Amino acid sequence: MFDFGIVTNWIDALLNSVMPGWLATCVEGVLVMVALLLLYSVLAMFYIFYERKLCGWIQCRLGPMRVGPWGLIQVFADVFKILIKELIALKNTDKFLFALAPYLVIIASMLVFANLPWGNGLQIIDFNIGVFFMIAASSIGVVGILLAGWSSNNKYALIGAMRSGAQMVSYELSIGISIMTMVLMTGTLSVTGIVEAQADGWLIFRGHLPAVVAFIIYLIAANAETNRGPFDMPEAEHELTAGYHTEYSGIHFGFFYLAEYLNLFIVSGIASLMFLGGWMPLHVPGWEGFNAVMDYIPSVVWFLGKAFFVSFLLIWIRWTYPRVRIDQMLALEWKYLMPFGLVNLVIMALCVTLGFHF
Amino acid sequence: MVNIQEKISALCPSATFEEGDKLTVTVAEKEWHALAKALKNELGYDMLTSVVGMDWKDSLGAVYYLTSTATWEMLAVKVAVSDREKPMIHTVSDIWGVANFQEREVYDFLGIEFINHPDMRRFFLRNDWVGYPLRKDYDADPEKNPIRLTAEVNEDDTYSLEEDENGNITRVDKKVFGDDDYVVNFGPQHPSTHGVMRLRTAINGEIIKKVDVMSGYIHRGIEKLCEGLTYPQTLFFTDRMDYMSAHQNRHCACMCVEKALGIEVPRRAQVIRVMMDELMRISSHLLSYGCLTMDMGATTAFFYGFREREDVLDIFEKTCGARMSLHYNVIGGVVADLHEDFQKDVKAFIPKMRKALKEYHKLYTGNVIARNRMIGVGELSKADAISYAVTGPSGRASGFACDARKHKPYSIYNELKFNEIVRENGDCYDRYLNRLDEIEESLKILEQLVDNIPEGEICAKVPKIIKLPAGRWYQEVEASRGVFGVYIESDGDKKPFRMHFQSPCFNLVGVMDNCCKGHMIADLITIGAALDYVIPDIDR
Repeated sequence: MFDFGIVTNWIDALLNSVMPGWLATCVEGVLVMVALLLLYSVLAMFYIFYERKLCGWIQCRLGPMRVGPWGLIQVFADVFKILIKELIALKNTDKFLFALAPYLVIIASMLVFANLPWGNGLQIIDFNIGVFFMIAASSIGVVGILLAGWSSNNKYALIGAMRSGAQMVSYELSIGISIMTMVLMTGTLSVTGIVEAQADGWLIFRGHLPAVVAFIIYLIAANAETNRGPFDMPEAEHELTAGYHTEYSGIHFGFFYLAEYLNLFIVSGIASLMFLGGWMPLHVPGWEGFNAVMDYIPSVVWFLGKAFFVSFLLIWIRWTYPRVRIDQMLALEWKYLMPFGLVNLVIMALCVTLGFHF
Repeated sequence: MVNIQEKISALCPSATFEEGDKLTVTVAEKEWHALAKALKNELGYDMLTSVVGMDWKDSLGAVYYLTSTATWEMLAVKVAVSDREKPMIHTVSDIWGVANFQEREVYDFLGIEFINHPDMRRFFLRNDWVGYPLRKDYDADPEKNPIRLTAEVNEDDTYSLEEDENGNITRVDKKVFGDDDYVVNFGPQHPSTHGVMRLRTAINGEIIKKVDVMSGYIHRGIEKLCEGLTYPQTLFFTDRMDYMSAHQNRHCACMCVEKALGIEVPRRAQVIRVMMDELMRISSHLLSYGCLTMDMGATTAFFYGFREREDVLDIFEKTCGARMSLHYNVIGGVVADLHEDFQKDVKAFIPKMRKALKEYHKLYTGNVIARNRMIGVGELSKADAISYAVTGPSGRASGFACDARKHKPYSIYNELKFNEIVRENGDCYDRYLNRLDEIEESLKILEQLVDNIPEGEICAKVPKIIKLPAGRWYQEVEASRGVFGVYIESDGDKKPFRMHFQSPCFNLVGVMDNCCKGHMIADLITIGAALDYVIPDIDR
């Protein structure tokens, strides 16, 4: 399997040979940032197109077809439209917080995004507490949403933000617990460490029932965490028009929109890292030939493929189910998901200590 | 009839009687409230079908149409006051809940104030409107009511005229919402109000405390316009009220005129009318299914409903030439013969629709989220359904068997075999299921008729100029959302003296406050969608 670390190390050595160490680090930082921003926006556009086409397919429609072949240019047209739209300044709003909120949301999503390992050696930095960092950074987003709702001076936005606060704080527990189950299995908090532990078999296969339960809990909680249907109550377009971003326009709205789609990718990415082996190819112990063939597929393709597959599941759920009500949603978390998750964690701990897993 | 006359005479000796389309009782204003109570409690007239505000030039007043839900007999009560400066009638909103909104409409258009009415505000027009449009001496000068360029302030003030034991009437000022209420406004521009409708909602957290319905944003003054048009011309408005039951509404208006003229409609036209009515009902229920599911967040189910509805609209398009405002019924029959493909299309549609119904149930009815969102939400008791005259699938979900096709059969409905779908719980889930089941019943009716369309005339001979004899007529049909009524009062001219349309949606929106109290904001949307009111039908 090709190790991208060779490439990155070569660039690092090259830069260090022509300039002092601190400058090399700075240049590397800028390069990484540009690459990340590009990836971020390209992925967001891809996701918008992906969801539109999938949703059209589910709803007996074609989806966008007019702009470009199969509507491929449609997303670019939409992005362009959002870029040139006016940022409407509203009376009686808290101007500073109003402008700050979208940046908080997008910063949170970028921080987590930056932490994903894309392939073998293709990670910006491998923390020993990477998982912890991801969960912590993703929580910043809820602050942005609460601020957006509060500073808009709009009742719909406020109700949407309150719902969102309740929802994200609740479901973060389930996400944390289900990820913890996997951490327990691999014994490391480093993201790359978890991926490398899956070289011989993905955790969802190795962990028996507890891993499958954790995966399902993670999928449900991730759907809620990204504010997507059936948990899209913070926006609840049929009740609160657009929830917390009702009053936003132009690129500020665009940031919320972008973050929403990228969060879909991020939660799918984390799911693939934690449960489906991340960039690790599918290996079956004993099938040497099969494993060798699988190794020829680049690790980036494995990672993206798994992430898109999990996104497909999430999109499928979104376009099938009606929206739950706020009390039902909280009941689902506190009465079912979290207790199940905790019990599952204990079972997993037992499995690990007694060596019941593969 | 005679029996009832005697009973009413015993209750109120000064009442006078008039035979006609319906037995009409004229009572003095002073005796009206006591008689109304007795009519409801002793004679079983438990449903107030319609309140028609009237201006008879020498007097103002109202005609109340009462229905007994046991025998389905109707009775008209005429109450008039001669004071034109400050006309006042006692309210019956304490006896029949539906009178609350109905009387506000009368107040709005005729300026009759109702004593003891809890909330005497205008219902449709702005508070700064000058004059009362349905009065015969109304000055329509545009100078008096120019197009206002200012937004209307939220008017929280209302009043009641309260009467004490000695008969002294005092004006008591009231507030709709108190200072402590957190009021959230839904509409008139809102994705889920199904039109330009406004609901002001006091909430406590997510729990709804009170819903105040504000309407009239698209009121077109159809009743006023009708007074200046000939009978065939007035028919064109009916398709524009509840556009989802265009055929039934127009059928009703035509039947009312036909009844007054004594025209016998040819059998072929009758069959065609009934088939069109049922197709319209199917298309309406499909839209309702789609909108309910979409309002609950299931966007996909919406498209499934609209997919089948397209077929119905194609059938309409071939025969009527239009998909929305169909204008197919005329006085005496229908305007054009069926398209040659009609039978073939309907025969192809019936099995397709049956298959689709199964798919709907699979997709949505069994869904655990959908069930949790609908079961036990927005419950309306049978007594309330009758009191608020909630008819149609929504009324039948509350256990109130009110299908006009069964209980007051018109056209050829008494020859057809179909079931009246009645459920008992009165929640959103029952309303939803009722609609899907009624599609099946409509398919049964279509199945019985599609091969039995007789040959013959499609329209009876009607005079070139239609003049109705003096009198008043009331006709009801079962429209898609409930019982739709047309009231015509004629003074012998070719134009109606007064035409009133009793729309089912007006009553449906009247129970929003009842149904929503104690539920959550999300439920408000579900309840609204499950009651399935159509705004142009309210804002006639």
